[in-house]
Amino acid sequence: MSFVSTLYVGLFYAATVILVVGVTLRIKKYAQTPAPLKIPTMPAPRTEAGVAMRMFREVVFFESLFRSNKWTWIFGYLFHFGMLLVLLRHLRYFTEPVWFWVNWVQPFGKYAAFAMLAGLLGLWARRFLVDRVRYISTPSDHLMLALLVGIVMSGLGMAYLVHTDIVAVKAFFLGLMRFSPQPLPGDFLLLVHLGLVALLMIIFPISKLLHAPGVFFSPTRNQTDDSRERRHLAPWAKELEASER
Amino acid sequence: MADYEVPELHEYPIIPKLKEGVMAHSSPFIAADKFQGPLGFPGELPDNWKEVAIDKMGELLGKYRSLQVFLDICVHCGACTDKCHYFLGTTDAKNMPVARQELLRKVYRRYFTFAGKYFPKLVGAVDLTEEVLDDWYSYFHQCSQCRRCSVFCPYGIDTAEISMAAREILDAVGKGQKYCNEIIGKVFVIGNNLGLPEPALADTLEGLEEDIEDETGVKVRLPLDVKGADILVVTPSADFFAEPHVDGLMGYAKVFHEAGVSWTLSSHASEAANFGMFIGSYENMRKLSLRIREAALDLGVKRIIFGECGHAWRVAYSFLNTLAGPFDFLDPKYPVPQHILEFTYNLIQEGKLRFNKAENDDLRVTFHDSCNIARGAGMGQMEGGQFIIPREVIKAACNHFYDMPQDTIHDATYCCGGGGGLLTDDLMELRVKGAQPRMEALKTVTEEHGITNLAAICAICKSQFAKVLPYYGFTMDQIVSVHQLVSNAIVLTGSEQEAELAAEAESK
Repeated sequence: MSFVSTLYVGLFYAATVILVVGVTLRIKKYAQTPAPLKIPTMPAPRTEAGVAMRMFREVVFFESLFRSNKWTWIFGYLFHFGMLLVLLRHLRYFTEPVWFWVNWVQPFGKYAAFAMLAGLLGLWARRFLVDRVRYISTPSDHLMLALLVGIVMSGLGMAYLVHTDIVAVKAFFLGLMRFSPQPLPGDFLLLVHLGLVALLMIIFPISKLLHAPGVFFSPTRNQTDDSRERRHLAPWAKELEASER
Repeated sequence: MADYEVPELHEYPIIPKLKEGVMAHSSPFIAADKFQGPLGFPGELPDNWKEVAIDKMGELLGKYRSLQVFLDICVHCGACTDKCHYFLGTTDAKNMPVARQELLRKVYRRYFTFAGKYFPKLVGAVDLTEEVLDDWYSYFHQCSQCRRCSVFCPYGIDTAEISMAAREILDAVGKGQKYCNEIIGKVFVIGNNLGLPEPALADTLEGLEEDIEDETGVKVRLPLDVKGADILVVTPSADFFAEPHVDGLMGYAKVFHEAGVSWTLSSHASEAANFGMFIGSYENMRKLSLRIREAALDLGVKRIIFGECGHAWRVAYSFLNTLAGPFDFLDPKYPVPQHILEFTYNLIQEGKLRFNKAENDDLRVTFHDSCNIARGAGMGQMEGGQFIIPREVIKAACNHFYDMPQDTIHDATYCCGGGGGLLTDDLMELRVKGAQPRMEALKTVTEEHGITNLAAICAICKSQFAKVLPYYGFTMDQIVSVHQLVSNAIVLTGSEQEAELAAEAESK
């Protein structure tokens, strides 16, 4: 196996471990940190089922963002929904035989990359054109968008311009998953694409990408409005009370 | 009138161009040593303040999931940037909610995250310095914790949680705010924010009883410390003499009288407000709340009802059960606590109150949803009851009611500009400028419907509006209490008004 293949094998194993362990530790931290007070943004649902619905609308439709800013919503939605379809389409490189429904997604997934790109460029444009968004943008915000745009462009390049040996790529990933590494084609676009994806996986648990798991732990969105009916008490608050008696 | 420019009111809301630092000079007075001690805070900056501050931040990150999650997950999308009334009114870039959060977040990143420790420039992380601390003191006292930003954030990030944490860190290093901390101390010693002792309170209530009797001919009581009463009423102390608050208090008394229930105020818990929330201190908020529990136990009441107060209702509705519960010694038939509006609304629904709406015919009324009630609490046992109930009560007492534009009411309501512990004269410029979005909406509805009065259900809103309305070409007496409208129109059994109505009906 070539040096590059070996390097990418190591890179993807490392990136996967960092992503899984990093995000798990972060989720554990969010889950274990108590929320001592009931602070849902009101009006809030009065039942657990209602909260699940609220979270569903937030995660699937970006409800609050829709109310807030239509441009950001359109670009954000194009990007995220496009990315979802693209990711689903990519499942074909990790499954053998390919799940039947992944084949259904395939035609949409190919064009979804353009939606993803349009969304990313729109979001990026806002960072330059809207003075308020320009003011709050840090270098890492721009680099994150550059990284994602790089991933999409290199992917589109392979899909429409310079094809790679996709059968060999699939063999590479199946090999990784079966712990029997296989060689990776040395095409430039492919190496760029996969290198950037690995980088994204590595920075996920130490960056704002944590918004993806984090939103589910947001107390203003995931709490029920039942404070008068049920007493809510954090463990540390219970100790505080006990120490006084 | 002022050495700064009062913001203009436009026909349609305008998002201003950014001006960084134009409000950097705005800082409230710092609490002296004697106001810090009773709350458990140091009186001045300790030598190792940096260590203390970072330790405190670490402690809060472990105690509040909100803080931990909110500091991590902001993506700088900008959804909140044009949602804060202080940003809209002052144009200071640091008053955009995300920019305000960043003041704390950039220090969090530096000391608590991998990226901030090793790549500070890349992610915008900075060391904690005295300049940063001063910036915190200034800009975390330019947030009224109204939570409007949290409504619009795709992750529900609530700047109020961040400002509360920042203020708690500031308190831990001896940089407390005089207004809040002095007031909390007063409640611990005397029982209310205004420092009104029991004899003065008794005297005031007696005076109000006389006023009501002069007006209606009915002996309506405002009882104090009556053991064995059914209902303990806890109301902001401003209700005891500030205008228009006191007219609201007389309204509650009339409603209780007409309902025929036994009720009492308490000199021990003569304050509904809980400034412990503003400074983010669970311990102080709890200590203040416990006074209400103590009073309820001592007087042996069956129910607790809160008067018109915004943040007090948030603490009461959302936190009281947590802080001072369980309230298993009260009558389980009623929610604990209840709001006076819920009480009045229920009576109206049951047809037990009689109104002569004509008494309010000289008024054309709009309603200001108080931020803490709209976004921090509920009312009735229904989602959104806090928007419906006050309006229904107003409509029961008034013929002419009109709402302000949709994007300025309900859960999108604008803060009055004086909430969150900022209702102090040393922040007057901020208060005037922060009122701009609400004043603009009021102007719109005034031009469309000839509105004469703005009704509110919060002691802070009422005081703030009485002060800032004149800056925008309105008059201070345009602000009214919702129960003042009730008080105007309610027809008490056996009153002169009832007799007049009967005579009128007969002559027709």
